[in-house]
Amino acid sequence: MNAIEVRGLRKSYGALEAVRGLDFEVRSGEVFGLLGPNGAGKTTTVEILEGYRKRDGGEVQVLGTDPAIAGGAWRERIGVVLQSSAMYETLTAAEMLRLFAGYYREPRPVDEVVELVGLREKRDERVRRLSGGQRRRLDLGLALIGDPELIFLDEPTTGFDPRARRQAWETIRGLRGLGKTILLTTHYLDEAEQLADRVAVIAHGQIVASGKPSELTGTAPATEIRYRENGREVVLQTDEPTRVLNDLTGEALAQRREVEGLVVRRPSLEDVYLSLTEESPE
Amino acid sequence: MNLFWHELKGELLLYLRSRELAFFTFLLPMILFVLLGSAYGSDTIDGYDGATFLEAGMIGYGAISVAFAGLAIVLVIRREAGVLKRLRATPLPAPAYVTALLTSYLVAFALEVVALVVLGKVLFGVEIPDEIPSLVLALLLGVVSFCALGIAIAALIRSAEGASAAVNAIYLPMAFISGSFFSAHSFPGVLRGMADVLPLTYFIRLVRAIMLDGEAIWTQGTNVAVLAAWGLVGVIIAVRAFRWEPHEG
Repeated sequence: MNAIEVRGLRKSYGALEAVRGLDFEVRSGEVFGLLGPNGAGKTTTVEILEGYRKRDGGEVQVLGTDPAIAGGAWRERIGVVLQSSAMYETLTAAEMLRLFAGYYREPRPVDEVVELVGLREKRDERVRRLSGGQRRRLDLGLALIGDPELIFLDEPTTGFDPRARRQAWETIRGLRGLGKTILLTTHYLDEAEQLADRVAVIAHGQIVASGKPSELTGTAPATEIRYRENGREVVLQTDEPTRVLNDLTGEALAQRREVEGLVVRRPSLEDVYLSLTEESPE
Repeated sequence: MNLFWHELKGELLLYLRSRELAFFTFLLPMILFVLLGSAYGSDTIDGYDGATFLEAGMIGYGAISVAFAGLAIVLVIRREAGVLKRLRATPLPAPAYVTALLTSYLVAFALEVVALVVLGKVLFGVEIPDEIPSLVLALLLGVVSFCALGIAIAALIRSAEGASAAVNAIYLPMAFISGSFFSAHSFPGVLRGMADVLPLTYFIRLVRAIMLDGEAIWTQGTNVAVLAAWGLVGVIIAVRAFRWEPHEG
């Protein structure tokens, strides 16, 4: 069962083709990462799936419904975190959650959501006194209050410090544990690597690679071996790291010396990503 | 219907929490009434008791403060902050949201009118108006028309920073020219010409006819028609130009 199916999706703004024929699907219960640099078409794509924008072409099904014509019953089943946290500054976190809870037929209890997003100490604090990270967590709480099946997270940790980022990741993993389907957009590679079951890399409005993060790195450039010799940095790229390493270390052992500064690096998603997104498809 | 009541409670809470709104749109008309009433409430204006004449003008000023200025500024801020966009992703239907929002401003205006009438009675001995049904109908027509114009102006303003300035630049001169604070009879011809176009002029004439002359609303065809026409203009602009999403910078 797929929560989201996208076929040949197209969208232009005037002469600018923001999305140029996307195909992908998100399976129920998985975390799917839409990864790409700023301006790649991620937000346009997500906003079409959320029902905010009309597409110019292609087929889109979200929870079995075309979002362009979906109504309130469909909105009961989705949760949305937009790029910016829009809230009523004068309400407290709990009041904000209670207000939104009232929009849904079967909301989660407010206190449960407060716990889930880690805002117990701040539950009676006015929104305007919350830190950036706390606002973002409340934002996530507002997306969860209706107990949706499918959650859209558009760049959920942009602007976070590393600690807040880790906390957010834990929360998102927790949601996956609850059986929610999550569509996550990000331009952080480590975030996609950490959270997503499957990733699609998008650049210039097209998908340039997709698969499990481990599969993507499998297609990557060769393994890199670095060491120092006579004070100079040596870098080897190889598809046979076992043999090269064995030669290198065997030789050193025979000469009873240490290979200085030895580093063996598997290609990261970052290398794949950079090689995929740097060249324009034109 | 449940969604409407839920949202109305939320909107009233938001109204109470906003000190700016409470002061500029709610307290300021009362403060001006007390000040102006103390200055010339015991004079005779256009042949009427000064305080009674002023009270009708202040009700007009209150209507545009709450329904036009307050609503427009709040809508622009919510739109530009992305709150309206956020609400669109929830199952809350747009009609329930809009009616609850407008009702909260209606409630605020009703409280304002009651406060002005009580102030007038206590401080200046202004009689409670006789024609209550006509007055209520007139106030409803006025507040709905100004709400429509408030949504229309919110649709035309593009940034949250400019909202207060643009709204103040319209509603303060309008209050002055339409004769909220004084009789418009002593104004120069240019101002009187402008006054003859503005919706607030007709609303204040309507309220004065009911409060000062004891007229019923159905004798006030011109005033009702012009006010309703302005309201219709507001509705048309609002429907065509209003958007839920911020103007991305």
